[in-house]
Formats: sequence, C-alpha cells, structure tokens
Amino acid sequence: MNSSSTTRRRLAALAASASVTALVLALGACASGGSGSGGGAPGTGDKPYVALVSKGFQHQFWQAVKQGADDAAAELDVEVTFEGPETETEVEKQLTMLQTALDKSPDAIGYAALDSEASIPMMTDAVSRGIPVIAFDSGVDSDAPVTTVSTDNLAASAEAAKHMAELVGSGKIAIVGHDQTSQTGQQRVEGFTQYIEENAPDIEIVDTQYAAGDQLKSADAAKAIMQAHPDLKGIYGTNEGSAIGVVKAVQESGRSGELTVIGFDSGTAQTDAIRDGLMAGAITQDPIKMGYETVKAAVAAINGEEVEPVIDSGFYWYDETNIDDPEIAAVLYE
Amino acid sequence: MTTTILGRAGQGKNGLGNRQQLQQLLAFAGLVVIFVFFSVASPYFLDWANVKGILLATAVTGIMALGATLVIATGGIDLSVGTGMTLCSVMTGVFLANLGLPLVVGVLGGLAIGALIGLLNGLNVAYLRLPPFIATLAMMMVAQGLSLVISGTKPIYFSDVAGFGQLAGGELVPGLPNAVLIFFVAAVLAGVTLSKTLTGRYALSIGSNEEATAISGVDVRRWKVVIYVVAGLFTGLAGVVMASRLNSAQPGLGLGYELEAIAAVVIGGTSLRGGKATILGTVIGALIMATLTNGLRIMSIPQEWQKVAVGIVIVLAVYADMLRRGKEA
Repeated sequence: MNSSSTTRRRLAALAASASVTALVLALGACASGGSGSGGGAPGTGDKPYVALVSKGFQHQFWQAVKQGADDAAAELDVEVTFEGPETETEVEKQLTMLQTALDKSPDAIGYAALDSEASIPMMTDAVSRGIPVIAFDSGVDSDAPVTTVSTDNLAASAEAAKHMAELVGSGKIAIVGHDQTSQTGQQRVEGFTQYIEENAPDIEIVDTQYAAGDQLKSADAAKAIMQAHPDLKGIYGTNEGSAIGVVKAVQESGRSGELTVIGFDSGTAQTDAIRDGLMAGAITQDPIKMGYETVKAAVAAINGEEVEPVIDSGFYWYDETNIDDPEIAAVLYE
Repeated sequence: MTTTILGRAGQGKNGLGNRQQLQQLLAFAGLVVIFVFFSVASPYFLDWANVKGILLATAVTGIMALGATLVIATGGIDLSVGTGMTLCSVMTGVFLANLGLPLVVGVLGGLAIGALIGLLNGLNVAYLRLPPFIATLAMMMVAQGLSLVISGTKPIYFSDVAGFGQLAGGELVPGLPNAVLIFFVAAVLAGVTLSKTLTGRYALSIGSNEEATAISGVDVRRWKVVIYVVAGLFTGLAGVVMASRLNSAQPGLGLGYELEAIAAVVIGGTSLRGGKATILGTVIGALIMATLTNGLRIMSIPQEWQKVAVGIVIVLAVYADMLRRGKEA
C-alpha cells in the first residue's frame, strides 16, 4: 500500500463523514426552523424573555408543555425558549443548561427540576440577581421559586387507584413503575398504594416493579409478575411507557380481557389501547395547561404581581366513555 | 446441527478449538445452573409461557449482540448498536408508515440503514483510523440525534401497515413467536459468517494480530469495513424486530441497549481483546442475562438488585475466562 493511495482513501472516508455531517446539520436546521419558539436572539429584543429548562424534550409530554408555553408566549407577547436534556436522568446536564439560561440574564426562569436539591445554589443565585423562578412539573426544596406549577401526583394516582378498586373489586393487583428516584415517580406509586390500603381492604398489591418506562422492559416485568401470580386481576402502569408495556404483556400472554389495566399519561398507543378495550382507562395530566400557566406566572412575576404559591395544573381520568369529549380530547397528546 | 456449526466458531486458530468449547460449556453450565435454581426457587418459573417470555426478551438484544460479536472479534467495539437500532426502526417507520412503501421494501430499507451505519463506522475506523470506541461513540450520538430529528420526537406507529406486527409477533412455528425464530436464524447466519466465511476468519485474524494479517496480504482496512457493515445489518434486523414487536418506532428508546449486548457477548466468552469469538456463547450469554432478570423478577427481587446480579455474573464470567487463559499461557 503506497502512501498516496492511503491519503486518497482517507480523503474519501473524510468526504463520506463530512457529507453525513452536512446531512445531519441540514436536518437539524429543518427541525429547529419548524419549531415555534427560539427565533431571534433571546434576551436582546424589547419583549420580556422567559427561559424554560425542562426535564426533557423528546417525550410527547414535554412537547405538549412546550406547546402550552408557546401559546402563552404568543398571547402575552413574550419571548420563550425551551430546552431539556435527552433523558430524565441527566441531572448534571440539566444543571449546565440552567446555568447557561441564567447567564443569558432572562427576565424570568422556568425550571422543572430533575433533582430537587442539586439546583438550590443556582436558585439562590437567580433570586439574588432579581430573576424570578417558576418551578414546574415538580418542586424545588427551596424558597426561591415564586410558585410551583404541577400535577398533584398523589391525588392523580389515588384517582387511578379508585378506578382500579371499582373495576377489580377484590383480589391481587400489581404496579409497574417508571422511576423510583424522582419525586413524581415515587408519588405515582405512593398515592395509589395509600388509596388501596385505606379504602380497598379486599385488594392486595402483591408486587411493585420498576422498568424505567421502557416499553420492552416494562412488558418483560409485567409478564414476570403475571407469571408469579397467575390469579392477578389488575396492573397499574405509572407512565406512558410502563402502561404500554403492561398492555403488551397482557396481549402477548393471550390474557386480554382477563386483567384490568390502568395507565397514566397519554399518547396514541395508550388511547388506542383504551379504544380497543385492552386498557380500562388512564389518568392524563394537562401538560398544555402546565406550560401555559408556567409562562403566565412568569409574566405576572416579572410585572411584580402576586402569584399563588402552588398552581395545580390538573388531571383527568379518561376511559372509552369520555375519551372523545372535547374537554378530554384537548389534553390528550398523540 | 446448529450446535455443530456454531460450536466450531473460531476454530480456525490453532489449538483454540478446545478452549473455546470449554468456555461455551462453562457458559452453558452457568445457564443450566441459573435455570435449575429458579425452577426450584419459584413454582412459576418453569412453564412454557415463561420460557417463551424469556426467549422473547432475549431476541432484540440477542440479535444486536450477534453483530457486536463480529466487531469485538476484531478487537473493536460497537457502541452504536443501541441507538443505531433505534434509527433503523425509525427509518423503517418512515418507509412503511409515512411513505407507504411495500412491506418488503420497508424492511429491506431498515436493514440497509443498519448497513449504512456499519459502513460509516467501518470507514471511520479503517480509513480515518479513529479508535473504534470513539468512532462508534460518535455514531451512537449521531444515530440518537437523527432518530429524534427524523421522527419529530414522536413515536411512529405501524397500525396501518398490514402484516408488519406479524413479522415479530406472528407464529410461523406454532407456539414460538417469530421474533425468537428470527433470532435463532440470525444466530445460525452469524455463526456461519464467523466460522465459514472470509469475513469471519479475517475478523478473528485481525483481532489476534492485525499486523501479521496485513503482512500476509489481507487488505485489513477493506475487510474491517465489510465486518462493520455485516454487524450493521444485524443492528438493522434488531431495529425491524423491535419496531414490529412494539408496532411502533420509539425514538427515545435504545440508549443503554448497547451495553446489554456487549455484556451478553462478554458473558458468552468472547474476548474484548479480539481474536477469540463464539456466536453460540453470545446466544447463551444473552439467554443468561434474560433468564436472570426474569427469574429475579418472578421472585419479586427489586430492579436495582437485578442489576447487581447481572454485574456480578459479568465479573464471574470474565474472571473464569482469565483464570483459564493464565493456566494455558
């Protein structure tokens, strides 16, 4: 192999890599060009600027929060940016994003903490610089936020338990959870368990397993639980991925109709499962309202108005009887 | 039949045959021990429905691990199999659900994307001389980003694509889901590739001594590209099977699967230093991971302990391999 042909080959490979990079950049440009917010240089215009740092962006839930935030931004004539890490475990990455957002000196900041304690120093810093903080989705262990806009997960999961109890009556049930380290993940199990313990003495929760909201792994977990408890009568999945996984498990085991499946959140697969009778029903949060209320509270804080310390963004139970009601359809995301 | 073909993987290297078979035997014995343990520990473990569940849980990571075995045989590593699989499933969704192409074209398209990912990995490793760890780490990120961009961060559903769900979910052999059948067929193909074709022989040869292989007249760079492309095809297949089983392409999923695939390869007795690889071992390794997880779940052992258990098994498997190597050296 002589050196000139080596160089040629390297150049060819480099060209191939470069063309892929160009493709990526082009696609990226298309994608960001299509999104509503973030146009222009933030913080430099005349409009007030609100920087939102969420827990993620790829889930439909966060896209719906963003939509609500964009709606409020258009209505109240403010500039809003929305960003979040790829997965909901990247605490450090989120803190970097929060720091960057603070460095842009926004007029207000919205923050959905992945870790309710890790961000306290930055929260304090924001307050000392006169930047109001609005917590959304989950709270921060600090006095810094002027308000917290969130779903009452304890109440929402108790509602899920209420429907489970009504549908099952008595016997064994189980839970497939999505996250045992976040407050939200814990409360979705806690609220459910508490309700069953206090109000449904004939129902026993025989197992609670966690599968990170991954459909395949949730399906495997649900199947193992069903295997270990052949007389199981119902399973509750605490988020979209968990619930879909449970449905998958029941289907693949050929036990559709024998088990009562209750879910949480929304998404096409889940609404289809409810329409097809594979899932009894689910709790949906109102992410659009969450995004909307966050920006609205931020603007109120910028204008020096009083804001309620807690803003409940609400939740709904939906099943095949009300899934097409306008009020419900509006909060279900695809 | 399967055993004889797969069992001879890697025998091309002088004197390695016996050691390889011993390692496979050890891995297989490990699987049997785990199986017997859970059968005794829980009355619900040994049941065809449950075994079927274990096989199904093995299929996707197992297929990924087959391709990873070929790359690891060269002394390389492929970190892009997890998110690469996701990109393949998303592109299959684009072909079938968004563009409405015929089923065969969409599936072949998904495989082709896998091959393309492999091609770029191979070019970067062989011609730009990037370390495989870095080249495939970069591809892992590119594939994850592209999956999110192309899908618009939304899952793509195959509800309107007739027959796609049957691909993995149907039962060509009654009682056995197609996903498992595809995994077995893919394992035989991978085994044949490793032990009977130049691709496999050169992979092992490059892994044991790249310089010597080059001196003996093998165009090492060209064959590296071929090996990564073949591995990419398995990534593509995993993506198609995954999409079919979930009847949707999930753009947020896949990260972390590469580590499970690599763990399966390592438990199976393939050396991360290259030159020594076994497909049957990888199949057993994948089955060990899935059986362990399933058994612990049936016994209601929490997920965090399941991870601890899998980690310990990896250490035991590699340590056992090293002990034997030491003795023979």
